[in-house]
Amino acid sequence: MATSAAKLLPKEEYILPGTRSCAACGLMLTYRHALKALNPGKTIVAVPASCMTVLHGVYPVTPVKTICINNPFGATGAAASGIAAGLKALGHDDYTVLAFAGDGGTYDIGIQALSGALERGTNFLYICYDNEGYMNTGTQRSSASPAGAITSTTPVLSKLQHKKNMIGIIEAHRIPYIATASPSFPLDLFDKVKTARDTLGSRYMEIHAPCPPGWGFPNKDLIKMGKLAVDSGIHVLFEIKEGFFQLTSRSLNLAEKGKRKPVADYVKGQTRFKKINQQQVEALQDFVDKRWNEFLERHQKNS
Amino acid sequence: MKKEKSSNVIIKAVSKPFKGEAGKTGDWRSQTPVIDQEKCSQKESCLLCWMYCPDGVISREFPLEIDLEFCKGCGICAQECPRKAITMIDGREAPVE
Ligand SMILES: Cc1ncc(C[n+]2csc(CCOP(=O)(O)OP(=O)(O)O)c2C)c(N)n1
Ligand code: SF4
Ligand code: SF4
Ligand code: SF4
Repeated sequence: MATSAAKLLPKEEYILPGTRSCAACGLMLTYRHALKALNPGKTIVAVPASCMTVLHGVYPVTPVKTICINNPFGATGAAASGIAAGLKALGHDDYTVLAFAGDGGTYDIGIQALSGALERGTNFLYICYDNEGYMNTGTQRSSASPAGAITSTTPVLSKLQHKKNMIGIIEAHRIPYIATASPSFPLDLFDKVKTARDTLGSRYMEIHAPCPPGWGFPNKDLIKMGKLAVDSGIHVLFEIKEGFFQLTSRSLNLAEKGKRKPVADYVKGQTRFKKINQQQVEALQDFVDKRWNEFLERHQKNS
Repeated sequence: MKKEKSSNVIIKAVSKPFKGEAGKTGDWRSQTPVIDQEKCSQKESCLLCWMYCPDGVISREFPLEIDLEFCKGCGICAQECPRKAITMIDGREAPVE
């Protein structure tokens, strides 16, 4: 059953207050609700170098009440595979192996290890939190950064390429569960992580994680920015179970009756888009429209 | 001397859960959230502030309490409260009643 109200989210917190993450961090809100959907006493997390490492704290203490193994930047899929193999050898089939990496660690440097793990059908859940850049080291461009964004490695012309179709790459591995989510829609996020937890085999989730200092918007607008991304179709909420595609939550509402907001509304509130010109906005709108129509077509075919 | 079996030698570099891992993050704040309990619905059917606080420092029991030792002052709770029951005031301290 779909979780329909905040009070239905588990009370227990698994991240103790006083973390190193920035105020208003979309990654932290994502992780907070993802852990509620897992059973953190029976979860082992593989984390590469990223803002997530920073969240997990500095030895000998951590704010997070779950077992975490820090692995090299590009090795998350391989590290998680090793953990899964170890658990299997010891007969611990009640554990969830969670790989939790940024977009740089997923779309770029970690793609080989991830593809290998998915191809082997490793029994684990991989969550990519997408803050659309290498935030931990100062907002460098990744292949998940949107076109038109200023990053510290695209400071003059802004990024010229559109976001990579990572979901398409993941789907090519024919894994049993793929989903997208957003911390601005925590109930949908919670349900999906729970479904992923209870699915056997390789599962992949991509969670859009707005980053106020990296994107340049006020802290208080974190939730609003995440919602605007969904309302404009920049980020689309869906689930693909055994190849069966369905829009969910707000994206489903938009498909059924609503009207998407123009991407111009989304970009205007963020300083990373301060150099975007009319032509680039149109190109971004076109990119978003085409992708939305593809998703809509797949959804309608299945409903 | 008896040689220790290598399987008995476990090097433990394990972090333990700790509140305030990064110190008292309330010190980061330049604005402080203040809840007007009369304006808050005091209803379990809301709890949006609790749900959206990234740092999880708002209690789930009514009347709501914010852990100001750790609240980073982001202002999300004030922004998202549908009844405008939370106000951000300048400074690090909540006013004394
Ligand atoms: C092999 C290697 N190259 C570079 C680094 C430096 N480094 C640490 S974190 C990071 C950025 C991570 O970006 P992403 O995966 O998107 O996560 P985010 O920081 O955005 O959370 C980089 C480049 C590293 N640790 N290892
Ligand atoms: S830089 Fe962005 S993703 Fe990283 S901790 Fe800060 S808000 Fe979170
Ligand atoms: S200001 Fe931010 S950190 Fe403080 S209680 Fe509100 S949402 Fe939480
Ligand atoms: S969001 Fe506002 S009305 Fe709702 S529980 Fe919080 S303070 Fe009360």
